Amino acid sequence: MIWLTWRQFRTQAVAVWALVAAFGLLLLVTGPHLVTLYRDSSFAACRSNCGQAAGNFLNQLANDPPYHTVYLLGALLIILLPAVIGLFWGAPLLARELESGSFRLAWNQSVTRERWLAVKLGVLGLASMAVAGLLSLILGWWASPIDNAAGLAGTGGFQSRFFPLDFGTRGIAPIGYAAFAFVLGVLVGLMFRRTVLAMGITLAVLVAVQIAFPMVVRPHLITPVRETTALTAANIQGLGINQDGQLQNVFAQAPSVPGAWIISSQVTTSSGSTALGTVPQACQSQQGPNACFSALAQKNLNQAAVYQPANRYWTFQWIETGIYLTVAILLAWGCFWWVRRRLS
Amino acid sequence: MTALDASGLGKRYRQRWALSDCTLQIPEGRVAGLVGPNGAGKTTLLHLAVGLLAPSAGTITVLGGEPASGPAQLAKVGFVAQDTPVYAGLSVADHLRLGAHLNPGWDAGYAQRRIDRLDLDPAQRAGKLSGGQRAQLALTLAIAKRPQLLILDEPVASLDPLARREFLQDLMEAVAEQGASVILSSHLVADLERVCDYLIVLAASRVQIADDVDALLASHHRLIGGRRDPASLPGDQEVVQASHTDRQSTMIVRTSQPVLDPAWTVEQLSLEDLVLAYMSQAANGHRSTRPTLEAQR
Repeated sequence: MIWLTWRQFRTQAVAVWALVAAFGLLLLVTGPHLVTLYRDSSFAACRSNCGQAAGNFLNQLANDPPYHTVYLLGALLIILLPAVIGLFWGAPLLARELESGSFRLAWNQSVTRERWLAVKLGVLGLASMAVAGLLSLILGWWASPIDNAAGLAGTGGFQSRFFPLDFGTRGIAPIGYAAFAFVLGVLVGLMFRRTVLAMGITLAVLVAVQIAFPMVVRPHLITPVRETTALTAANIQGLGINQDGQLQNVFAQAPSVPGAWIISSQVTTSSGSTALGTVPQACQSQQGPNACFSALAQKNLNQAAVYQPANRYWTFQWIETGIYLTVAILLAWGCFWWVRRRLS
Repeated sequence: MTALDASGLGKRYRQRWALSDCTLQIPEGRVAGLVGPNGAGKTTLLHLAVGLLAPSAGTITVLGGEPASGPAQLAKVGFVAQDTPVYAGLSVADHLRLGAHLNPGWDAGYAQRRIDRLDLDPAQRAGKLSGGQRAQLALTLAIAKRPQLLILDEPVASLDPLARREFLQDLMEAVAEQGASVILSSHLVADLERVCDYLIVLAASRVQIADDVDALLASHHRLIGGRRDPASLPGDQEVVQASHTDRQSTMIVRTSQPVLDPAWTVEQLSLEDLVLAYMSQAANGHRSTRPTLEAQR
């Protein structure tokens, strides 16, 4: 059964592994020089209060074209990988057998259809997780100087690995995404029995889940830290006034918590209300922004930040990977149920 | 042991019964033909027999076991599905390798000899084979696993007349060599006439009749005579089909007794006439008083 699974799968397997290998080669070629740049930077020598040095290092890389491009290419690849696996490994796996009728040939060999499915899911599922894990590993290795610096000061187009867009490109989360995408594709293919239709539906579901999860679920996996600090004039960046002449909102620079994921940052009154009251006189006359911001700061406003601190990064990685793997296992159970009940 | 034993078997797709109230015993060691018009439920019955479908009503056992209940049961039954599906991207040799990997009883020598004899190129991709070659490849896979029962669903439907004859002849040789039972379906009696010694007529989702071919031919007669009401025939003569002109009646009857009434001219029926009589009876919604026409022995 393993032989048949491999024989049917090898073309797609080689295509994806070749893509990852080619990218790995690119990382191998550019990686050593990146390490040299890092060693030579003041950031590598820095022992405390390294925000400034980290920022300088990242700005230096941002002006050195290949690094930012490779950094973005890596992120793009690893974000697209689950979709590629779901569409080209998962969806056709059973849909093509059902479409062509060849499952009738397979199911009448001396192997039960449960074992047939188990081997297919096992071999391709492990291959999916392995390719995602490997890509994440080599990308994480290559980008470790950048990630270290971006954890202290996100600048020059490099962001902390905890940021929603970057979170899924590092660590073990890609393994969970790959397993989920693969089994999702298999189940959709099993349910709709048409390869192209199954690919379309798989893509739509994957995109929806990958957008919804970071926005709706991830912020609440652990109760975020709420921190309220007094608003200073230096932090204020702008203000909004509503139709009644009341202060609608004040825009302030997000608190700088190194490596943290800032979920929201809002200016409130000292009692926590978002009704900020009247607009100070200084802001209505033409006295310039500085006078206005000082007047605002004197209103005893607070800046309430909601964030997940940097030291929770790996906890989030494990929780999110666990959730995706659990869903993948449930979907796999759905595949067995469907093969046993619905296809008989 | 019976090759196939069904009792009250039925399969429903949403509201429609594709097969209903099917009670049938096919003895082992026969070449049984399953004949019926398109959509009669032949494929449904065969899929139930190999476990590709689960019954909605009744029970079915094949060679004493529940269809597809485990590797041992699967090994006992060979199946060639309609349109003889194969893996288009795999070569002929790959198919043989597939069979060897997935069947403990695989007869590699036989499979190889058969492929050689059929002149199939082992390196040829199965998707590039002609319909007849594909059917032969699928049959090779089914036979080389050394099943006790071989089930074929319209194996010759896509073949031209010459290929049909060769395929069936080849099938019979292989089966005779191995002593396996066979059930094969077709909507053409002519395909089955030459090879089957047992016949099942399936029409309108029901088994119309099932018996040895010889017994069927011996117990059915065409009676031609002066116009008569079918109800006036003796009780042991069951009318399958009756047609009348102004002065003459032609009836196809089934009886275990000789027809002695001198008013009738008695003619032998061909197997095709017999099958057609049952098919048109089913099509006209004529239900026999007997619920299923079990074989009289």
